[in-house]
Amino acid sequence: MTDLAQLESQILDQIAAAGDEAALEGVRVAALGKKGSISALLATLGKMSPEERKTQGAAINLAKDKVTQALSARRDILKSAALDARLASETIDVTLPLREAPAEAGRIHPLSQVFEEVNTIFADMGFAIAEGPDIETDDYNFTKLNFPEGHPAREMHDTFFFNPGEDGSRMLLRTHTSPVQVRTMLTQKPPIRVVCPGRTYRIDSDATHTPQFHQVEGLVIDKGSHLGHLKWILHEFCKAFFEVDHINMRFRPSFFPFTEPSLEVDIQCRRDKGEIRFGEGEDWLEILGCGMVHPNVLRACGIDPDVYQGFAWGMGIDRIAMLKYGIADLRQLFENDVRWLNHYGFKPLDVPTLAGGLST
Amino acid sequence: MKFTLSWLKEHLDTDEPLEKLADKLTMIGLEVESIEDKAKALSPFSIARVISAEQHPNADRLRVCMVDTGNGAAPVQVVCGAPNARTGLVSVFSPPGTFIPGKNITLGVGTIRGVESRGMLCSAAELEISEDHDGIMELPADAPIGKGYAEWAGLGDPVLEINLTPNRQDCTGVHGIARDLSAADMGKLIDPGIKPVKGEFPCPVKVTVEDAALCPGFALRLVRGVKNGPSPEWLQKRLTSIGLRPINALVDITNFMTYDRARPLHVFDAKKVNGNLTVRRAKDGESLLALDGRTYTLDPNICVISDEHGVESLAGIMGGETSGCDENTTDVLVESALWNEINIAQTGRKLGINSDARYRFERGVDPAFMVPGLELATKLVMELCGGTPSETVVVGKAFGDDRIIDFPLSEVKRLAGIEVPLVEMRRILGHLGFMVAGSGPVVKVAVPSWRTDVHGKADIVEEIVRIVGVDKVPMTPFERGDDARKPVLTTIQLRNRRAKRALAARGMVEAVTWSFISKPHAELFGGGQAELALANPIASDLSDMRPSLLPGLVAAAQANANRGYSDVALFEVGQIFRGDKPEDQFVAAAGVRHGFASSKGMGRHWSGSAMTDALDAKADAFAVLAAAGAPMQALQIVPGGPAWLHPGRSGTIQIGPQNVLGHFGELHPRTLEALGADGPLIAFEVILDRIPDAKKKATRAKPLLDLSAFQPVSRDFAFIVDRTVKAGDIVRSAQSVDKKLITDVTVFDVYEGKGIDPDKKSVAIAVTIQPREKTLTDQEIDAVAAKIVAEVTKKTGGTLRA
Repeated sequence: MTDLAQLESQILDQIAAAGDEAALEGVRVAALGKKGSISALLATLGKMSPEERKTQGAAINLAKDKVTQALSARRDILKSAALDARLASETIDVTLPLREAPAEAGRIHPLSQVFEEVNTIFADMGFAIAEGPDIETDDYNFTKLNFPEGHPAREMHDTFFFNPGEDGSRMLLRTHTSPVQVRTMLTQKPPIRVVCPGRTYRIDSDATHTPQFHQVEGLVIDKGSHLGHLKWILHEFCKAFFEVDHINMRFRPSFFPFTEPSLEVDIQCRRDKGEIRFGEGEDWLEILGCGMVHPNVLRACGIDPDVYQGFAWGMGIDRIAMLKYGIADLRQLFENDVRWLNHYGFKPLDVPTLAGGLST
Repeated sequence: MKFTLSWLKEHLDTDEPLEKLADKLTMIGLEVESIEDKAKALSPFSIARVISAEQHPNADRLRVCMVDTGNGAAPVQVVCGAPNARTGLVSVFSPPGTFIPGKNITLGVGTIRGVESRGMLCSAAELEISEDHDGIMELPADAPIGKGYAEWAGLGDPVLEINLTPNRQDCTGVHGIARDLSAADMGKLIDPGIKPVKGEFPCPVKVTVEDAALCPGFALRLVRGVKNGPSPEWLQKRLTSIGLRPINALVDITNFMTYDRARPLHVFDAKKVNGNLTVRRAKDGESLLALDGRTYTLDPNICVISDEHGVESLAGIMGGETSGCDENTTDVLVESALWNEINIAQTGRKLGINSDARYRFERGVDPAFMVPGLELATKLVMELCGGTPSETVVVGKAFGDDRIIDFPLSEVKRLAGIEVPLVEMRRILGHLGFMVAGSGPVVKVAVPSWRTDVHGKADIVEEIVRIVGVDKVPMTPFERGDDARKPVLTTIQLRNRRAKRALAARGMVEAVTWSFISKPHAELFGGGQAELALANPIASDLSDMRPSLLPGLVAAAQANANRGYSDVALFEVGQIFRGDKPEDQFVAAAGVRHGFASSKGMGRHWSGSAMTDALDAKADAFAVLAAAGAPMQALQIVPGGPAWLHPGRSGTIQIGPQNVLGHFGELHPRTLEALGADGPLIAFEVILDRIPDAKKKATRAKPLLDLSAFQPVSRDFAFIVDRTVKAGDIVRSAQSVDKKLITDVTVFDVYEGKGIDPDKKSVAIAVTIQPREKTLTDQEIDAVAAKIVAEVTKKTGGTLRA
């Protein structure tokens, strides 16, 4: 073996043995640096004869190329290994549990959700949404709604009163959202289409009654709306709200001072181990009251009952919320137990829409 | 209103099965609440006689009875605690194994104080046939021993209960119910008419009515020489079948008339009445021992019937004990009267008496039936007790006002959307007792006297529609019209919705608390005014309208902590009350956080755990305000807040001093103590109505986007300032240097501690300078920086940190 071949093989061995980039750089300097072994051989070319230079020059340059190539290849390997080692040292524990995203943890109360569902359905049918104060006058809560003074019908509403003022009149907590209908009729000209959602109060407290509860009432006043329309609207509403294809409803004559004729409405359902299925079964469940607005109410609100007519209905939001979402006890709605709210509440991004579904 | 099937059939000739009758009742507006078949539930109970009743050897109040249960069986030993368990008594017996409905137990063989008891003698309450639990039942001595009680008592008859609406006083009697059913094609009304009973002598008792408004009509007659005693079996059964207790024939007749004909009556023992009767207002200080054994104190708003000695009866509500009829009564005064509905309702409510008479009179009885009712009662008295009747004294009116309604036949279609032929309308109205004259298009309809609820055209429509059947009204699509589809929510409704979603998106849970709270809690938050205090609260801790949502939320948070869930973040969006006028009611959004329920992350966590602090509340408040559309750039934060907040850890959010939107901070320890809550607890409340309305925009297009072509430059500055200097002032000073060039100033570090004087702090800000027209030179940027340093040091007294 020539000296050159030996040198080359020696350098290639050193390259292969270099453990890191610094050692490899040492090998490079020793071979190809200014005072490197191959550089030294190249420096000898000047003293050679042209013939010798031709053969030797080619041989030395070949060796230099081989060494350069080997250096580069080895450098790539070492670099990659160093990166692998660094990445390995950077390992984290990806099984650490996350914090729940706030938008997943937060909850909307079922009552708020159901208010939105109801408003969404009626808005689609062309109804505006009207609201009014909780503290009302006797006139708006009773008298204008055709509850005569002292009439037993007033007793059906166990009313919370405030103390009488200097003029002897006393305010009360509205027992239904009907005063909002009165306010609407007194301030708007027909045609009127509104729903009135809100909080209402009666002195009552047991498993099915709480001193505060919520209602949504509807009112239509125009020149042609009749019981047939009312039945259709309520039927459409119930199908949309309960998210079912069919629902059987029963309209029974009843009595409310502010409507004539008056009806109560039951829906057919089957109750099985706390689960309710609509449109089947033997039970009839009362969900709302309705009727044609009483002529006395129209007159009291400045509307001529021989020209205009219309209908109204009212239903308990708490009640339909309980029915739809399988809530067993009304009182739980106001207990604010976070375990209950987490279970029955809705996530903030579950906004009810008709396009996307009310509850899906 | 309760009645039995056989009772109904006294008034309705029908072959329809019970279920069909019940369904029809419900569908014509007489909602059947329950159908009870007592015979089934009470089949083990039989009639038995107490052969002997002796003192229990080991118990003063118990007796050991030997009971003959009939059918030749050996006497059964029963230990009984009833005071009326006595030898010879005929009562009701239940053997071991019987389910006792009134006690919800199944009887076993027991040993009571050492004496074996093999069954039970029962009270009416134990059988759930009345409320009466004063001792065991006392049956007539001739009741058949061994026979099933239910069968003997006529309880084999199904009992229907109707949830009667307050307008249908005519159906507080079985006859009225039968009339409705006859109109609905369920049979024929049995109405033989009432023949007057001729008076044999003038009524010796004169009647004076002092106030005709309280008593529009009053009829009275005397029946002399009656023999009172237990009423006959058929009458007793009628009464017991619906849970009434037979008393004596005269009293039973009045109760029967009440339920059979919706005609309450009163009977006085004439021998106990002194002189003439006066219907008048009670005088202050008068009182009456009534038939229920209670003494009522009266006042001039109460209408009474008095004789020459004093009050004998609460008019239309309940008779007096002293003039009541008993087995010694020989002469009876029978009263049939009309009373003012409102006065009856008020008196009944005031005295707390719910009698069958009140129930009917406050709904308004049939005025035209006052005298016929008295005739029918007289006939019954004479049939059951004998005697000779006087003539009838009638004071006031014995009939109501005629009501004739002009009824356009088209009204049915107009209001109900259904075509009903005239012949069908006539048929229905005729069966219900209305008279129809004419053939249209407008007919005259005369309203029967008993339909005190019918006054106008709409009432007639209801009569026709309910009998035809509401299910026959065709559903008619309700066109929404071609109006443009527009949003229907008002500004406040939108703010309400967005506030809720924004807070829930911050991980908070929505609560719904009571609108009323206790007065002390209301006062803590600026409430408790006289006009917001309920006159009749349901409980003392639910007495005053809330001036703030926070007392309710704090209570809810504490209740959760007490259940073991203390890291809670609750919010509520709802009404608060500052006065009793509509404009004093506001929609507020409020929230509380406790423990580790920080907005920086809920609960304890490996990535870092933070206790909530006042700035969490600030963040919540700002999130609500931003979501609700408040002009965020215009909001000012003033340190401090109302007394319920920590004075050094609270802030007020306002747009100028005149428009305070709300507050945030840590609750004051004294407030926490008063609310009984564990701190620290942070809270905010903002009033959504106070947010200024945004300007209406003419177009939905957003304004043009103005992007600068030049790179923004950021420069950091740290200032050493007094600890009392507000970061907000540093930011504002820096911002004010050049409102065009400086687009953002943020605080990225606040440091107190080592290397800084104890009364100082270091506040570091990053200022973004956004060139608009050209790239700024270093000199130009340095000039802005110098101005910032000069302005901040001048305004805050601070120095640039070296």
